[in-house]
Amino acid sequence: MTRLLRYGLPWIFLLLLAGQGAAELIPTPEFSDHPIPTAGVPDSRANLWQAVDVAALLVALSLASYFALVTRSRRNLLLLTIVSLFWFGFWRGGCVCSIGATQNVALALFDTTYAVPVTVVIFFTLPLVFTLFFGRTFCAAVCPLGAIQELVSLGGMTVPRWLDHALGLIRYIYLGAAVLFAATGTAFIICRYDPFVAFFRLSGSTGMLIFGGSLLLVGLLIGRPYCRYLCPYGAILGLLSSVSKWHVRITPIECIQCRLCEDVCPYGAIVPPTVDQDANVKTHGKRRLLLMLILAPVLIGAFAWLGTLLAVPISWMHPEVQLAEQVRQEEMGTAQPTTDASDAFRNSGRPVDELYASALAHRARFGWLGGWLGAWVGLVIGVKLIHLSIRRRRDDYRTERSGCVSCGRCFWYCPNEQLRLGLIEDISEMVPAGSPGGADS
Amino acid sequence: MNEKPPTMSDTQPANNRRDFLSDGLRVAGVLTVGSLAGYLAGRRGQPGALRWQIDPDKCMGCGNCATHCVLDLSAVKAVQCFEMCGYCDICTGFYDVGYTQLDTAAENQLCPTGAIVRKLVEEKAGQRFYEYTIDNPQCIGCAKCVKGCALMNGSLYLQVLHDRCLNCNECSIAVACPTEAFVRVPADRPYRMKKQALPLIQQKAKDPSNRAARDLADRVQSS
Repeated sequence: MTRLLRYGLPWIFLLLLAGQGAAELIPTPEFSDHPIPTAGVPDSRANLWQAVDVAALLVALSLASYFALVTRSRRNLLLLTIVSLFWFGFWRGGCVCSIGATQNVALALFDTTYAVPVTVVIFFTLPLVFTLFFGRTFCAAVCPLGAIQELVSLGGMTVPRWLDHALGLIRYIYLGAAVLFAATGTAFIICRYDPFVAFFRLSGSTGMLIFGGSLLLVGLLIGRPYCRYLCPYGAILGLLSSVSKWHVRITPIECIQCRLCEDVCPYGAIVPPTVDQDANVKTHGKRRLLLMLILAPVLIGAFAWLGTLLAVPISWMHPEVQLAEQVRQEEMGTAQPTTDASDAFRNSGRPVDELYASALAHRARFGWLGGWLGAWVGLVIGVKLIHLSIRRRRDDYRTERSGCVSCGRCFWYCPNEQLRLGLIEDISEMVPAGSPGGADS
Repeated sequence: MNEKPPTMSDTQPANNRRDFLSDGLRVAGVLTVGSLAGYLAGRRGQPGALRWQIDPDKCMGCGNCATHCVLDLSAVKAVQCFEMCGYCDICTGFYDVGYTQLDTAAENQLCPTGAIVRKLVEEKAGQRFYEYTIDNPQCIGCAKCVKGCALMNGSLYLQVLHDRCLNCNECSIAVACPTEAFVRVPADRPYRMKKQALPLIQQKAKDPSNRAARDLADRVQSS
């Protein structure tokens, strides 16, 4: 304490001096033979890497599509996956990535003052175009987030269909929320909650390391949990993939229904052939479809209303609202110690009422934005229900195009493919007689 | 399994309709994606991308910059604006509050890494004037000196140094910044200065022989 008094006093004096305002600056002296220098600031890093990244993306996408659709080589796809993981992940730090680029595009569309870099636009659009023609080959072997999960995936556990469908909706909702927060300039939540970027950079917050680590652990048994249930870009790619021009084929010739592909697919993306229904069931199905068609607008309306109620929690993402809440608690005396942000606010001399007004304006805005988000959630659920009510004939085991990431396991295990490659001489080497479907071969 | 020729022919028209539909959707998709890319690329207006920078007038030196950057050693470092510096003997940015002697011993210094070089410039009228220079490689961007200097002239300030910054899509420090001092600036002028310092630098930059000032003035945003 005495030490503080002894040495602190001059500082307290200085503090008082400084408190008098900016006019009291100590003048910069003029020296007889020493000119006042000017500090230098370094140049930006060369932008060359961005061009290299775009080229690497184009090459990787082309190779992935070639390996998946033309040469049908699971081994090459796997090699490319490893290369992509090291290049886009560990070497380039997982940034720029196509998933996050969604937010830049959303921000650029809604905020005309934001100049979106060309690299980011290319990272967003190139995989979309490739997916429209070749399916999700981007997910197969280019995306570093997919790659890290692909490499740890042992498969083995099948998620029940209903749960798979339900969890799959999360990524659409996540996409909606990401677009909302990006477009309003609130936050880039995809980047903030990117589970694997902490591994790529070998640094990150404890929370994100735990999140990423547990996703990888889950991924050991349930293939690609992030891609299937969380990835917002995967949601877009899934939609585009379902109308793709070409797509990975499981069997090169007629299916023998051995079900090996269904067993080996860790992503639950292979759907069995449909069984013929009697007329009774068909009418029931039609009635259900009709019901769902009526239900969809109701769902949209209901969720839109629910969304407007979420104004308060959603607006918490906005730093201004957080600050206002902290200041309000401090004013009411219920506050914990002050935060850096509230200290800075007090120093700025900005009136409290202005802060409150601004926070309330944000909250009101998030009210109707929440309504839009809710409507989007309703739409997603409605469309999913309609989609599930539509029956499509399938004679073979097929890839479900929106869910298939073109990893190549299915055709790699297909006896017909092995036969085509000359690896086996007869189907019976892989499918013993007596197993389902193996009987007639 | 092969006993259903009638159903096979049944599915044929449906498949055609489906192919037609997906063809149409695909063409629409390509057109949408293409026009979106074209629109965004064409509308950019500004010559380059944006980069992260700290507005030194908003920065309060909380120290998050040192710890929240994704780099092991933060891309944020302190910069000395000599034009604003008082060349004080007892520098509040250099000396710890509990200093025992006015020397460069580590326990007297505020800087945890000893990154501030203190050099006597001149002694006139019984007053000693010292120049404080940041030894860039040593600086960890902890802002202790910035906070200390803010008590006086506030000539020390933090900047994102772009030879180190990875320019992440969402800067982790920006997320942690309590004063929202992180802003996106055009890449061709990726630095900021304190409002007070800007006219001083611009004045100095008018002297054609002063290259350092011209370089700095060319790199900071003029508004």
